[in-house]
Amino acid sequence: MMRPSKSHPLWFAFVVHRLSGITLALFLPAHFWIMSLALTNADQLDRFLTFADNPLVKIVEFCLVFLLSIHIFGGLRLLAMEFLPWSNAQKSLAAAAVGLSLFISGTFFLQAI
Amino acid sequence: MTKPDPLHLDVTIRRSDHDGSRDAHFQVPARDNQTILDVVSWIQQYADPTLSYRFACRVGMCGSCAMMVNGEPRWACRTHVKKVLNGSKVHIAPLRNLPVIKDLVVDMDPFFDKWGQAEGRHHPTQTRDDPVPRIDPEGAQRAEANAGIECINCSVCYAACDTVAGNPEYLGPAALQRAWTVFNDGKNADRQAILDAVSGSSGCHNCHSMGSCTHYCPNDLNPMQAITGLKRETVKAFIRGKSNA
Ligand code: SF4
Ligand code: SF4
Ligand code: FES
Repeated sequence: MMRPSKSHPLWFAFVVHRLSGITLALFLPAHFWIMSLALTNADQLDRFLTFADNPLVKIVEFCLVFLLSIHIFGGLRLLAMEFLPWSNAQKSLAAAAVGLSLFISGTFFLQAI
Repeated sequence: MTKPDPLHLDVTIRRSDHDGSRDAHFQVPARDNQTILDVVSWIQQYADPTLSYRFACRVGMCGSCAMMVNGEPRWACRTHVKKVLNGSKVHIAPLRNLPVIKDLVVDMDPFFDKWGQAEGRHHPTQTRDDPVPRIDPEGAQRAEANAGIECINCSVCYAACDTVAGNPEYLGPAALQRAWTVFNDGKNADRQAILDAVSGSSGCHNCHSMGSCTHYCPNDLNPMQAITGLKRETVKAFIRGKSNA
């Protein structure tokens, strides 16, 4: 079956929202498990933190912060669209969510390195 | 690479009959002004009279000529060949998300059945003996009703919607937009019947707000906006129901 072209901004916003949601659902259990090491196994946590100083891990963290942030702002856009009076600026709002997320994750990255 | 032939179009049509589907190729004379409907009609008249397709008005009013052009749902009669040509090639296929009857003719029944299921019909309370109710044409509610009133049931938005593709039960953008139009019509009595019809498992809460319906509607309507209205009103009704209980 033919599929229509997907190249319009709100369709990309939809895909980014789903993918960031799935990635966060996978990441958060691992995140909480590592935090729990502070209580259960401090040595292992230290080893992990040394490993986390690796620049490659920083880049992964940057991606995670970006995904978390785009999921929050994208989600807020959807909530506003569904519960506040309609705004025609949906594409601009989706672009603003990307911009804000890049700003936040970029700031995080510059702090981290 | 061969250069595009300025005198001819390379037209590929997805053809189907009871033996299955296949792509058929046609060379069609190129014209300065030519729509996809002109191309399909030329093929039917001069190359292969067995090609089946639908049209009526030729001017974007009847909604019967929609088909996939280079993978996008469009009105054939209002799509200029020059706007969609890929070199000298164009691919034409039957509308997505609907069963094909033959060639470019799809069965619109599932699409129209859903208009009924979404309760997008008038629910009267008065008789001809009652005075005609006054409706403020400038009122906010009337503006919401007017926004979707020009829909011509062409099913372009329905073909564009990935949620319909993934869930054939989903009522889809056009039927939901119609429900929202009637919901906001001051002369419609049974608003709750509409909210009940659109809040089920096949209803408005399936919509992922990806906006392909709005992006492709050739009438510049905004079914996604109508659906967000239904979502809001169904949630409000749900909360009201809870607090009354
Ligand atoms: S909303 Fe637009 S695309 Fe959908 S059926 Fe109506 S006119 Fe066609
Ligand atoms: S906004 Fe909703 S109805 Fe429109 S294409 Fe997307 S999922 Fe379908
Ligand atoms: S022929 Fe009527 S809308 Fe195209």
